Amino acid sequence: MGLLDRQFDNSNIVITSLDSLLNWARLSSLYQLQFGLACCAIEMMAASASNFDMMRFGVIPRATPRQVDVMIVSGTVTLKMATRIKRLYDQMAEPRYVISMGSCSNCGGPYWEHGYHVLKGVDRVIPVDVYVPGCPPRPEALIEGLMKLQEKVRNESLAKKKIA
Amino acid sequence: MTPQEISEKLAAKFGGVSDIGLEAKLDAPVDPTIKVSPNHMLEVAKFLRDDDDTQFDYLSCLSGVDLKGKLAVVYQLFSMVKRHKITIRVEVPTENPSVPSVESIWKTANWHEREAFDLFGIIFTGHPDLRRILLPYDWDGHPLRKDYQVPEFYNGMKVPY
Repeated sequence: MGLLDRQFDNSNIVITSLDSLLNWARLSSLYQLQFGLACCAIEMMAASASNFDMMRFGVIPRATPRQVDVMIVSGTVTLKMATRIKRLYDQMAEPRYVISMGSCSNCGGPYWEHGYHVLKGVDRVIPVDVYVPGCPPRPEALIEGLMKLQEKVRNESLAKKKIA
Repeated sequence: MTPQEISEKLAAKFGGVSDIGLEAKLDAPVDPTIKVSPNHMLEVAKFLRDDDDTQFDYLSCLSGVDLKGKLAVVYQLFSMVKRHKITIRVEVPTENPSVPSVESIWKTANWHEREAFDLFGIIFTGHPDLRRILLPYDWDGHPLRKDYQVPEFYNGMKVPY
């Protein structure tokens, strides 16, 4: 499975499939849409900061949806914000991924009953690839979610993808 | 000044005015409160700010309350100079919830009144820009009212769990 396991001596030649090369490149540079919604955003920032250093996975926050691969929905999605999230998601280039971080974004969290203004789960407006439970999840949990996403990317096939 | 003295001062100034509805509740468990009728709120507020003894130069909070049938606006005043405070309360019927805006007296009331309008539907007459401040502009109703019903859908998004 590894990229380098069939390397020839002294000739700088690597034999691999196009898919695994592309996927290796994609999963090692999952740029993230830079926005946070609530307390989960604090944990997301902690995951990006030096103690957890999410950048070692190639996750770099970008301030425009046109340059990103993954959207981390970190926090309570209000109905007012949901329309914006949908719009940002639509502006992302494919292939695009969504990590739903925390209970609010997964299912409404503590606002599930009396939150007249809260969308009960971001998957009601955009498709979600990975759900990270927790209120808020610790940075380790977010990184676990990210590695789950990397696993998903690794097993995809862009070359064999049918044109819809 | 103590709440007692403030209340006496208000009574001395406005006691003769008809339908002023001055009603002091100074033994309230949390904050000593003086009730004023909405028609006279503006002059009372102006007096409390400008009088040399009271000098309430700071509106620390303006809140709305739903009392089922009545709506109330609660003004929590503080004087930076005199280091004293008082709570003023105005009650209006829910059918016609119209209260004069104190934005001309304390600028901070601008956004506070927009919030009370947004969530309780209290109409602040004389407010320069009475729009919703938290909810989207196309929202229906005022959610913090006791009789508010959560809508089934908002812009095609299902709201209940």
